[in-house]
Amino acid sequence: MLASGHAVSLEAQIDQWRTYLRRRQAIHSVDVSELEDHLREQVAVLIDAGLATDEAFLVAVKRMGDLDALSREFALEHADRLWKQFVVPSESGDSRARVRTDAIVAFCLAVAAAVAIKAPALFGMQLDQDAGFYARNLSLFVLPLLTGYFAWKRGLAPSTLRWLAVAFVAAGVFANVYPFAPEGSTEVLTALHLPIALWLAVGIAYAGGRWSQAGGRMDFIRFSGELFIYYVLIALGGGVLTGFMALTFQSIGIDIEPFFQSWLLPCGAAGAVVVASWLVEAKQSVIENMAPVLTRLFTPLFAAMLVTFLGAMLWTGRGVDIERDVLLAFDLLLVVVLGLLLYSVSARDPRSPPDAFDVMQVVLVVSALLANAVALWAIATRTAEFGFSPNRVAVLGVNVILLVNLAWSAVLYVRFLRGRGSFAVLERWQTNYLPVYAIWAAIVVIVFPPVFGYI
Amino acid sequence: MEINKDLIAASSTPIVLAILAEEDSYGYAILQRVRELSGGRMEWTDGMLYPVLHRLERLGHVEARWEVAETGRRRKYYGITSQGRAQLAEERRQWQAVDATLRGIWQTLSLPVPASLPASAAPLPEGA
Repeated sequence: MLASGHAVSLEAQIDQWRTYLRRRQAIHSVDVSELEDHLREQVAVLIDAGLATDEAFLVAVKRMGDLDALSREFALEHADRLWKQFVVPSESGDSRARVRTDAIVAFCLAVAAAVAIKAPALFGMQLDQDAGFYARNLSLFVLPLLTGYFAWKRGLAPSTLRWLAVAFVAAGVFANVYPFAPEGSTEVLTALHLPIALWLAVGIAYAGGRWSQAGGRMDFIRFSGELFIYYVLIALGGGVLTGFMALTFQSIGIDIEPFFQSWLLPCGAAGAVVVASWLVEAKQSVIENMAPVLTRLFTPLFAAMLVTFLGAMLWTGRGVDIERDVLLAFDLLLVVVLGLLLYSVSARDPRSPPDAFDVMQVVLVVSALLANAVALWAIATRTAEFGFSPNRVAVLGVNVILLVNLAWSAVLYVRFLRGRGSFAVLERWQTNYLPVYAIWAAIVVIVFPPVFGYI
Repeated sequence: MEINKDLIAASSTPIVLAILAEEDSYGYAILQRVRELSGGRMEWTDGMLYPVLHRLERLGHVEARWEVAETGRRRKYYGITSQGRAQLAEERRQWQAVDATLRGIWQTLSLPVPASLPASAAPLPEGA
């Protein structure tokens, strides 16, 4: 009875010790097992020598040495462990095979995207001569393959697959049946908005069956942010590669520019979308997310910039100078602010209490709203002069959509700061709002061209 | 008698390699052997042996493998490699040179040699 009680307490103590050790990043779980084996043997020897279990455990732990010093030693020996590396896991053969299949499928789809973007060339469509066609259909070359990747990976239900297929076919129809005026505004608007509308389809595939849950949509937001960052990094790397390629080939008298323009750039840009998505998926739990880190860095800077801007405007008494594209600039500002808000929301533990960063976030959102209100008011007083062109309506529509989102976010955030609401409400508001962007983009693609006469 | 940290750190490589040259072993047994050989005068902090073993493994001087011990637990055994034996020979030459130098100087100084501590200085009863 007594002995078994002792055994239980020893196991519990060792358990606790093990948990404590596992928190050290430099000490991996195999090392913990090795040290545990040592500890157990030491305890057993001490008990044999006549010590009580508790005493034996204490002495054994003491002889193991100070854990901080020990983990420092481990960190010195295994410096690499302090850097989370992206390595394909190697535990069981099963998971390794799965990871490899995943990589192969992603690679094949990336090649398929590269081929898809060159396929129209077989029918005489050239990138430089049929720029309009390529611009309108750009997302249709890549996003179906990306959607296919996630559909395969998540094992989507056939009914969902059918809906996604319908969405892509419809997108293809609307992008190509309208008699757009060459290089007209509506054509440019379609080219800009179709990817946004179709990104929802990617999201539904990405979330698998979890699109209806806030968590699934939030994961998609995180994925989108990381994908963007990875894509930019890959693009930078591609730029360096191309630069060296141009330099070295120039030295032997070969001009790579035609090859670059008609092959390397389009194929690389298309394939990189799938490759970047695969990377984000594969490293998801291995490497810290970058988007929230950048958010932390830039939220205070943007907030300071906006507050100074408002202050300067009040101080000098200058109104916003209304030029043609001023609202577009404010749209972009709101997009950035929304991005900052979204990615700090995505990384925040909804259960932790408000802190200084949350106040900063509210300052950012409110100052952006004020700045935007000034611009909107200035525009509104002179709408009659400008009239309604498709571009202006589109820009105004985006502004309203972002304004509604940010205004309500500010309300929810202030409620949270004052302890009258939970952070989860704000999170849900953001995730529920996602379809609005896609619906607006779809409206621009489907309704605008006929309404404005395809100009 | 307490041996200073730098000496312990410097001597850990030849001592561990020499013990493994006798036969394959594991952490706890290596420490036991160190105590035995030094008559309890070399007090290593138990945990610190493992980073040393891992360093030797990384350098290719020893090889590790997991086996199930007679207690039923998984245990990591270390064995010396041929590269490790070469390293041990090299360390041995160096230590012998240090030793010879010191011996020479001790003799010229003709200081009284301090009596070595009795083995009972080992702080814990072992196998009692």
